[in-house]
Amino acid sequence: MGIEVRNITKTFGAFTALRDVSLTVATGELVALLGPSGSGKTTLLRIIAGLDQPDPSSGAILFHDEDVANRNVGSRRVGFVFQHYALFRHMTVFDNVAFGLRVRPRSQRPAKNLIKFKVLRLLKLVQLESMANRYPHQLSGGQRQRVALARALAIEPKVLLLDEPFGALDAKVRQELRQWLRRLHDEIHLTSVFVTHDQDEALELADRVLVMNEGRIEQIGTPDEVFHNPQTEFVVKFLGQVNVFHGRLEGGKVHFSTLAWESPELAGTPTQPARVFVRPHELDVDVECNGHQALRAEVARIHSAGPNVRLDLIAESGEHLCAEVSQDRYHALNIVAGSIVYVTPRDVKIFADKKSIP
Amino acid sequence: MRVLLIGVSLTFLALFLVVPLAAVFVQALSLGWSVYVRSLTDADALSAIGLTLLVALIVVPINTIFGVIAAWAIAKFQFAGKSLLITLIDLPYSVSPVIAGMIFVLLFGRQGWLGPWLERNDIHVIFSTAGIVLATLFVTFPFVARELIPLMQAQGIEEEEAARLLGASGLQTFFRVTLPNIKWGLLYGVILCNARAMGEFGAVSVVSGHIRGQTNTMPLHVEVLYNEYNLTAAFAVASLLALLALVTLVLKSTLRWKTAEQLSSEELGYTGD
Repeated sequence: MGIEVRNITKTFGAFTALRDVSLTVATGELVALLGPSGSGKTTLLRIIAGLDQPDPSSGAILFHDEDVANRNVGSRRVGFVFQHYALFRHMTVFDNVAFGLRVRPRSQRPAKNLIKFKVLRLLKLVQLESMANRYPHQLSGGQRQRVALARALAIEPKVLLLDEPFGALDAKVRQELRQWLRRLHDEIHLTSVFVTHDQDEALELADRVLVMNEGRIEQIGTPDEVFHNPQTEFVVKFLGQVNVFHGRLEGGKVHFSTLAWESPELAGTPTQPARVFVRPHELDVDVECNGHQALRAEVARIHSAGPNVRLDLIAESGEHLCAEVSQDRYHALNIVAGSIVYVTPRDVKIFADKKSIP
Repeated sequence: MRVLLIGVSLTFLALFLVVPLAAVFVQALSLGWSVYVRSLTDADALSAIGLTLLVALIVVPINTIFGVIAAWAIAKFQFAGKSLLITLIDLPYSVSPVIAGMIFVLLFGRQGWLGPWLERNDIHVIFSTAGIVLATLFVTFPFVARELIPLMQAQGIEEEEAARLLGASGLQTFFRVTLPNIKWGLLYGVILCNARAMGEFGAVSVVSGHIRGQTNTMPLHVEVLYNEYNLTAAFAVASLLALLALVTLVLKSTLRWKTAEQLSSEELGYTGD
């Protein structure tokens, strides 16, 4: 096992940042910690790195089956990449990358030539060979982030931790760097954990995604699992836009307006409110009722710039809905703002109190 | 309007700064170079210059080390009593130097709390170099820390964390990462500290006892000469202090410009993409 976190709790005064968090990261795996700000994801990353200490009585942290609780930051051999790079501003790119090798005790320090060889090889890996003599402030954000990565890799870390690695970059660079990082990971297969609040980034980049909220882990799974099979309402809401219908669960059936859904697994539960979630692309839109069960709605706005067309709808019952259809479908529907349409949810997630049904 | 504003400020500066400064040099040289040189090479003058240098040589390094440690603690760590420490560092700014001198007389003087014990052990603090050093230490200790705290706070702790993660020890982190980042600000603080240490009058005046050739620093020597109506000699020594002020001013502007340059290039670095 690459990284194992067992029952870690962390409090800052009265604020609990992490509540009994456990996770395992397989050797060579790339895991995303996904959550809103304040969910504890960065705290968890810093505790794994040794920059912060967990509460004294709580759990353990293991790297490759070795407890690192008593190892200080420097001897954990963690490669850490900061959101704002944290490059040494008075050193050149070369000196930045060489730092981790040069500060080693004399007996473990590689010879000058070897350091030079290693640094240049790393700069080549991050495609910055020509920048070796530049200073950090002379580089673009994306270049600085790659220097930070090369610097972290120079110490041949056992695990690589990245704190919002693309957070300070603009959208285009972010996209490029994301794909580049995935290729790099496939090349070097270093056990890696990165923190992000961007669900697209997590779903695209990671082998597994860990969704966090208020210091707890909501769900751990592959991008596919968390997206298509969310275990909690929070996960549904956090992983992209979603419509919610506040319905009523009665005798194993959820009713909302003219719609009803069977939910056999909730059959035994008493009558109670239930929430029904539908993603915009899982709402079928038609101009006629066709006899399906459907909600009548008025088209409020049409956003047609993009690969798909987004429709803002106002249901008869007053709810604001969002539907997404293909460009072809949109043209076939032949609708404008003000048109009346009928929407039918295709795939729903139903949550009543503490019970979920796919 | 612009011409008026600039004109007023320049006239004001000329009247109250340049003219008096020039007057010091004119007075000092009014009886010619030979008298000027003689005034400065007089045994008592040399002793005062020597004592001033000695005090600065002791005080400035101590306050530099203390200032760096205090600024480091305040800027890079969270701990209880931090705001109290900041207030304490500022204390010498808000206390009149004369009061500062009195504090030491009260502590170490013959009638002071520790006076009898010191006398029994034949240790002289008041009316000796030790007292002057203590008083100067007290008066000048905010300079370095005050200069460094905002700078270090602005730079944050991520670079230090990065260094630790890369395996650097505490000392390596300090000498390879922290110190290079603060060097211009540090030098600026040291120069201010030095200027004040050499020029301090009030606190030193109280504890020194004005013993000619023994416990007179340059500012005190100027006063003694002046009170004896030995104006040329007084101004000759004063001209050395004025010269120190000018050198300080030049170094100060250069360093200000250096730190500003460093900060702006970093800011540019952090926002530019």
